[in-house]
Amino acid sequence: MGNKQTIFTAQQLDAYQDCTYFTRKEILRLFDRYRDLAPQLVPLDYTNHPDVKLPYELIGSMPELKDNPFRQRIAEVFSEDGEGNMTLDDFLDMFSVLSEMAPRDLKASYAFKIYDFNNDDFICKSDLEKTLNRLTRNELTEDEVRMVCEKVIDEADLDNDGRLSLEDFQHMIVRAPDFLSTFHIRI
Amino acid sequence: MPRDSLITSENDIDIGLEFAGDEDEVSSFQEEHERERHRAKRRDGDREKKKRRKGRRRRASRAGEREDELQARHEKREAGRRKRAKNYQESEGRERDEEEQAQIKTGKTAKTKKNIKNEKTRKVEQEEGEAEERNAKGKKKHGSAKKEEKDEDGGKCAAKEKTQEVKKKKHKRVVETSSEQETSEEDVNEEEDSEEKELRPESLSPEELEKLKEAVDERKKLIQGLRGKPWSMKKKLVTLRESQEFVEKYEGALGKGKGRKLYAYKVMMAKKWMKFQRDFENFKTACIPWEMKIKEIESHFGSSVASYFIFLRWMYGINMILFGLTFGLVMVPEALMGRPYGSIPRKTVPRAEEASAMDFAVLWDFGGYAQYSVLFYGYYNNQRAIGWLKFRMPLSYFLVGVGTVAYSYMVVIRTMARNANESGVGDDNSFNFSWKTFTSWDYLIGNPETADNKFASITTSFKEAILEEQESRKDDNIHLTRFLRVLANFLVLCCLAGSGYLIYFVVRRSQKFALDGLDTHTWWERNEVNMVMSLLGMFCPMLFDVISALENYHPRVALQWQLGRIFALFLGNLYTFIIALMDEINLKREEEKIVKFNITTWEASLYNSTVSENSTGPPITIQPADVPRGPCWETMVGQEFVRLIISDTMTTYITLLIGDFLRAVLVRFLNYCWCWDLEAGFPSYSEFDVSGNVLGLIFNQGMIWMGAFYAPCLPALNVLRLHVSMYLQCWAVMCCNVPQERVFKASGSNNFYMAMLLVILFLSTLPAIYTIVTIPPSFDCGPFSGKKRMFDVIQETLESDFPAWFSKVFSSASNPGLVLPFILLMVLAIYYLQSTSKSYKEANVELKKKLQTQNEENKKKNKRAALKAQMDLEEARKAASQTAEQQKNNNASLQDQEADEEENHSSSQRLYHGKNRRNPPAPVREQGLPATRAPVPRNYHHGNHGAPGYLPGFPRQSEPRMHRVPSLQRH
Repeated sequence: MGNKQTIFTAQQLDAYQDCTYFTRKEILRLFDRYRDLAPQLVPLDYTNHPDVKLPYELIGSMPELKDNPFRQRIAEVFSEDGEGNMTLDDFLDMFSVLSEMAPRDLKASYAFKIYDFNNDDFICKSDLEKTLNRLTRNELTEDEVRMVCEKVIDEADLDNDGRLSLEDFQHMIVRAPDFLSTFHIRI
Repeated sequence: MPRDSLITSENDIDIGLEFAGDEDEVSSFQEEHERERHRAKRRDGDREKKKRRKGRRRRASRAGEREDELQARHEKREAGRRKRAKNYQESEGRERDEEEQAQIKTGKTAKTKKNIKNEKTRKVEQEEGEAEERNAKGKKKHGSAKKEEKDEDGGKCAAKEKTQEVKKKKHKRVVETSSEQETSEEDVNEEEDSEEKELRPESLSPEELEKLKEAVDERKKLIQGLRGKPWSMKKKLVTLRESQEFVEKYEGALGKGKGRKLYAYKVMMAKKWMKFQRDFENFKTACIPWEMKIKEIESHFGSSVASYFIFLRWMYGINMILFGLTFGLVMVPEALMGRPYGSIPRKTVPRAEEASAMDFAVLWDFGGYAQYSVLFYGYYNNQRAIGWLKFRMPLSYFLVGVGTVAYSYMVVIRTMARNANESGVGDDNSFNFSWKTFTSWDYLIGNPETADNKFASITTSFKEAILEEQESRKDDNIHLTRFLRVLANFLVLCCLAGSGYLIYFVVRRSQKFALDGLDTHTWWERNEVNMVMSLLGMFCPMLFDVISALENYHPRVALQWQLGRIFALFLGNLYTFIIALMDEINLKREEEKIVKFNITTWEASLYNSTVSENSTGPPITIQPADVPRGPCWETMVGQEFVRLIISDTMTTYITLLIGDFLRAVLVRFLNYCWCWDLEAGFPSYSEFDVSGNVLGLIFNQGMIWMGAFYAPCLPALNVLRLHVSMYLQCWAVMCCNVPQERVFKASGSNNFYMAMLLVILFLSTLPAIYTIVTIPPSFDCGPFSGKKRMFDVIQETLESDFPAWFSKVFSSASNPGLVLPFILLMVLAIYYLQSTSKSYKEANVELKKKLQTQNEENKKKNKRAALKAQMDLEEARKAASQTAEQQKNNNASLQDQEADEEENHSSSQRLYHGKNRRNPPAPVREQGLPATRAPVPRNYHHGNHGAPGYLPGFPRQSEPRMHRVPSLQRH
C-alpha cells in the first residue's frame, strides 16, 4: 500500500471514503480512469481542488458507458451542471451509486432520476416512451409502445395520477428481483 | 523561570478542567506536563492551521453567494447562542470570573484569527442543518432567500464587532499583567473559543448536555450514513467536514467529572476502531482476487455469465478455508511432528509394491508413495498425542472433519439468507411490464455485440409479453403436447436409469479387476468408473436437451426442467457410485477379517521361529515394509474420490478445449473455405452454459465434502482445480464463446443454485456421517485404529484430558432423559418459527391483496366519478337545451314554461324561476350562459374549475378524474 501518492491529501481520501462506497485503492483507480479520459486536462495534483470538468463526449466514451442506452441521462443526472460535464467529484459519485455496495434505496432514487427524462420529478408517459425506445432501439411499433406505457402506468401508479412518482417507482423497484444486479457498474 | 512555569502550569490546570471539552479529547485527560510538552509542537501546527484558515476565509469572502448565505445563517444562530450565553453568565457569576481569566490568556495575535476560525466552524455546522432543508426545498428557491440573508449578514457583522471590542478591552487589561503566559497559552485558547461560554460542561444544564449529546450522536450517524444520501458529492463533502468539526468540537464537552475521562477515552477508542475498520476494509477488498477479470467478462457477457464466475470465486474462498483447516490442523502437524515415513507399517510402502511405487502411472492413480503419505487417511497414526506440543492428532482429525461440514453448512445457509434478503420479495407478476421497462437493461454490459443481443432480447421479451397480454396463448393440440411431454419424461427416466445401471455395472466390474490386480488390465479398464461417470455427465445433458425439444415449454420453464434433470442425473450417478463403494467397503472388511486372522498366525509363527532359534537374543526387528497389513478401506474410499475429482477435472478441461476452443478455431478458419457460413449457420460458436457449469461446480463440491474425511488432500486439490479453472474458463469464455442470445435472469436463480448446493451438502454429508458412525475403523491404519468407532476419540479425550467432573457432566448431559427433551424443544422451536413465518407470509399476502383491491377500488371510484361528471355534463347540456326551450317557451307563453319546470329536477332552478316569474327572459339567459359554457372548460382547464357538477364526497379526486373524463369521452 504505497503512501507515495500525491494526488490527494490523506484527509481528502478519508473524506472520499466517507462519502462513497469505495476504498482508498478504488478511489485512486477511479482517479486514474478519470485522468485517462483526458490526461492533458486533468492535473495530477488534486490537493487544492482544481476546477476541472470533462465534457460529456469524453465521459460517454468510457467502455463502461458507451453501450448503455441511458448513458447521456446517467451523465446528466450525476453531473453538477446537469449537462453531462463531470468533475472528479461527480465521477466518483456516479460510480459510487452504481457500485455493488450501494443500497437499494439510493440506487432506486438515482434510477428514478435517470428515467425521468424531463426532470419534472415524475415519470410520465413521454419519459416511458423515451425509455422504451432506447431499450429496444425503436423496434417496437407505436401501438406497442403505447400499450406498454399504459401497462406500466397501470401496474405501478398507486395514486392514479397517470404518472409515476418517486414513491410509486420505489414501491415497484424494491420488489424487482434483478434490479440490484443489473443496476450496477463494476469499475 | 521556575516561577513562570509554575504559574503557567496552574493556569493550565484551570483551563484543562474548564475547556477540556474544546480541546482535543486526548489532551483533556492527559497529565499536565505531558500537555506542556506537546504544546510546543502543536503551536507550530496551529499557526499553520491559522494561516490556512485565514486563506480559506479570504477565499470564502471572495466566493459566491453560497458562502454568504451560510455565514448569514450561522450568524443568526450565533446571535441566539450569545443570548443564551449571557443568561448563563448571569446565573453563574463565579464561572464568569474564570472565563475572564481564560479570555485574558488569549494571545494578541490570536485574537482576530480566532474569531475568524469561530465563524468558520460555526458556519460549517450551520450548513449541515441547512443541507437537509435545502434538499427538500430544491435549489431553485435559493436565490431569493440568499439575498435576504445577505442583508441580515451585514447587520449581524456589526453586532459582532461590538462584542469583539468588548472582549478586546478585557483582554488588554490582563495582557499587561501576564504577558508571558499568553504565548504559552496561545494554542490552548486557539482551540477553544472565549466566546463560546456555553460550551463548558459546567455551564451546561443536564438537558442541554443531553441535547448536545443527541446532536453529536446525530452527526455521527449522519457521517456514517452519508454515503447513502442521494446528494451531490460537493454537498456530501461539505456536510462531512462540518459534521466532523462539530463532533470534534462538542464531543469533549459531554463528559463530566469522572465520567469525562472515560468518555474521552471511549471516544478516542471509537475513533481508533473506526480507522482500523476502514483499513481492514481496504485490506479486505485488496485481497479479493480476479475483480478485473470478472469485470471484463461482465462487460462482455452481462451479469448472468459473470454470476458463474462470482460463484466460482465464492467457492474458491470456501475451499481455501477448508484447505486451511485440514492443512493447518491435520496434514502439517502429522508431517512435522508425527512419526516419519517408514517408521511403522502403515507409513511404509509394502514390499510387494515397492518396485512400482514411484512409477508415474501408479502415482497418477494415487497409489504407491502417494497412498502412503499425509494425503490419505491410512497414513495417520493412532498415537494420542504427538510431538513436543502434545498435539492430539486423532482428536484434531475428527474435529476438523466435523468442523469442515459445520462450516460449510454455516456459510451456505448464511449466504442463502443474505441472498433472500437482497433479492426482494418479487415472485409475483404484478409489475411485469414495469420491471421489464426499468430493470431489463444490464448496466454492466460494455460490449457492442452483447449490447446488440441485449437489445434484441429485450425487444422480443416485450413482444412476447404484449402477445401474452393480448391473448392467452392458444393451445393448438393439447393432447399431442401432453403425450409428447409424457414421452419426454419417460425417455429421461430411461436415461437416468440406464446411466445408474451403467455406473453400478462398471463399479462392480472394476472390483473384479481390482481383485485380479491392476497390472493385468488396460488403462481403460483401470479408469473405467471415472471415465464412464464423466462421460455420462457430459453427454446425458445433451441428450436431455434434445429430448426437451419435444416438450415445447417456454424457454425459462424448459431451463428449469433441464436443470432439474441434470441434477437428478448427477445425484443418481453419485449415489450409485456411493452404493457401489459401500459394497466394496463391505468386501474389504471381509478381507480385513481374513488378514487379521492371518496376521495372528503369522505373528505366532514368527514368534515361534524366533523362540526356537535363540530365545535369549534380542527380539528381531522386522522391516515395517514386510509386515502384512489389512486393506484399509478408508484409504480406498479416499483414493476413489480423489481419482474421481481428477478425472472430472480432466474431462471438464478437455471438453472446454475441444468443445469450445477447437470448435471456435475450426469455425473461424474453415469458414474461409466452406460452402455455408459456419459462423452464422450450424456449428457457430458455443455459448457459455451457465447452468451446466454451475451444476458441475456444485457436484464437484459435493464430492469434496463427501471425501474430505478420508482424503485430507481433497480441499487442496479442489483449490488447485478451481484456481486453474478460473483462469482457463476466463480465457475460454473471452476467446471462444459468443454472448448468449437469450439472456435469462441471473440473480433470480442465485438462491436456486444455493439451495442446490445446500441439498448436495446434505446429501454428501449423509454417507460420510453414516460411514463414520456405523462402520468400525480399520485395525491397522488411520488415526482411529484400535477403536470400536471413530467417534470414540471424543470419549477418550473426555476421560483422559478433562477433569473427572467434566466427563461426568458430559455423560449425564448425554443421557436420553436430557437429550430427548432437548430434541423435543428444538422441534417445538422449529415448529413455532415455521408457523410464525407462515403467518407472516399470510399477512403479507393479505396486505398485498388489500393493496390491490384498494387500488382497484380507487380506479373504480375514479371511473365512477368520471361517469358522474359526464352525467352532470349531460344534465347541464340538457338543462342548457331546456333553458333554450324555456326561453322559447317564455317568449311564447308562461304556462308552457311552468310545465317545463315540473320536469326539471333542479330545485334551485325551480326556485329561481319561481321567484323571477315576473321577468323571465333575463335570468334565463344568465343561467343559460354558464350551463352551456361548462363543458368547454371541463375538457381543457379542469384545474380552475370549481364546478357545479362535482360531488362533495370526492373533493380529492379532482385530479385523476380530470384525466379520465377526456378518455371516457373519447370512447
